[in-house]
Amino acid sequence: MIRLQHVIKTFPNGALALKDVSFHVPKAQFVFLTGHSGAGKSTLLKMLYAELRPTSGEVRVGGHLVHSLKGDEIPRLRRRLGIVFQDFRLLEDRTASENVAFALEVTGASGDTIPARVTRVLTQVGLAGKARAYPRELSGGEQQRVAIARALVNDPAILLADEPTGNLDERASLGVFQLLRDINAGGTVVVMATHDLSLVRQATYRTIDMRDGAVIHDSGPDAGSPLA
Amino acid sequence: MRLLVREVFLPFRRLPLLSVLSITTIAFSLFTVGLFGLVALNLRQALRGLEARVEVVAFVLRGTPPETITVAAQDVATFPEVQTVDYVSEDQALARARRELVEFRDAYRDLQTNPLPASIEIRLKEGYRDASHAELVAERLRSFPFVDDVRFGRDWVQRLDHIRNLAGVLGLIIGVVFAVVAMVIIGVTIRMTMLQRAREIHIMRLVGATNWFIRGPFLLEGALKGLLGGLLAILLCYAGFAVFQRSAPALSGLVFFTPLHMLLILAFGILLGLLASLISVGRHLRLVGGRPERRAA
Repeated sequence: MIRLQHVIKTFPNGALALKDVSFHVPKAQFVFLTGHSGAGKSTLLKMLYAELRPTSGEVRVGGHLVHSLKGDEIPRLRRRLGIVFQDFRLLEDRTASENVAFALEVTGASGDTIPARVTRVLTQVGLAGKARAYPRELSGGEQQRVAIARALVNDPAILLADEPTGNLDERASLGVFQLLRDINAGGTVVVMATHDLSLVRQATYRTIDMRDGAVIHDSGPDAGSPLA
Repeated sequence: MRLLVREVFLPFRRLPLLSVLSITTIAFSLFTVGLFGLVALNLRQALRGLEARVEVVAFVLRGTPPETITVAAQDVATFPEVQTVDYVSEDQALARARRELVEFRDAYRDLQTNPLPASIEIRLKEGYRDASHAELVAERLRSFPFVDDVRFGRDWVQRLDHIRNLAGVLGLIIGVVFAVVAMVIIGVTIRMTMLQRAREIHIMRLVGATNWFIRGPFLLEGALKGLLGGLLAILLCYAGFAVFQRSAPALSGLVFFTPLHMLLILAFGILLGLLASLISVGRHLRLVGGRPERRAA
């Protein structure tokens, strides 16, 4: 589903953010992307959803050659991905269900199907009862669940999560992590960048460890299992 | 569609003061253009009355047989610039002088012989009533052997040309200046809306909205502001027109915009709004939306 080959990223100021990164993520895999702040995890994720382009090398995601995508092809790639961030990135003036529906509306989904799809994902993340709550009325963990629901509503093949538990307390972190595991159990590839090693230790998923823009350890494409 | 309508009206709800301010500024810009248009419209109306009086007169040598003149007049009538040709005989010229020049009635009454020559009076078609066309016709008339002299009031025809040109150029300059001012203002307000909604635009991009989907509401917002500004400008113009008409009753026959003119002003407002937002959105989308940079190598 994801394949990176000899990806190098140099920023205009000369900083080398990724140094010859190569790996392959097969279908239905859960991958931890670990490393300290500044190790290149976020840069790598941004490559996957075409927010950044490699200086050289190839990036393939779900059949898209991301490194050579034209501007007008990027929306098509992103509709096949779900993206979750540490800061949730919810719209404060919209309710939970409106935030989720927003992702369907902007992709031109048929208006009739939207309410049912929104209810389905909100139920899936355990927030069916808070559909009408505004983000400020929700806890951090609940806000992240809304963000995950928004990421899931387009039935993505791949879910990218950039430090999804970074702003959450331990209990909420565990809840969100469990949710991501459940999503993965349904066959969705999950790539989760985190520096929370306690979460990483809870499962035997594949772990790609990064430092200074390079992969320093990869537990291997076959590592881990959803049942771990 | 529902989303589009909501997105278009969102800035009006979220930034009501800014929206009112931008519409008012657009209205005042268009109002200034409109006022000048109104002046130009009335000036043109007045000029058209003057223009209709542009006349080329060919005085005929004494003793020329009237048949010769009639044949020549028929020939002159075929000139492309010519609308009407009138032959005025010597007797008709005297009768007219007695009728119109009341101050000299006594002098004309006592005449033993008629000093006035016969003439051919030529009125030009609309669009040809300027100095160069009048001169062209005059030149051709002079080539007739029986024509003694040709006059067409060169000075005032040239002055008419001058006023017409000046009004045209001034109108264009003022129109362009205020159109640019209106566009800059619309552009700035669109930019502020975009910055205010940067987070939303960013999220739209992340969930796979196309650029045109993101641009759409901003373009419509600009068009709507242009339309509202245009409407307000027409109202202001009408108010100004009514006040002027009341304070200067001597100037009768003033005209206001026709419905077509008003439609054109509205269309111009919409076009300004659309253009301004298109430029502004294009420039700022990449700033707030996080468009991916180009591949460096």
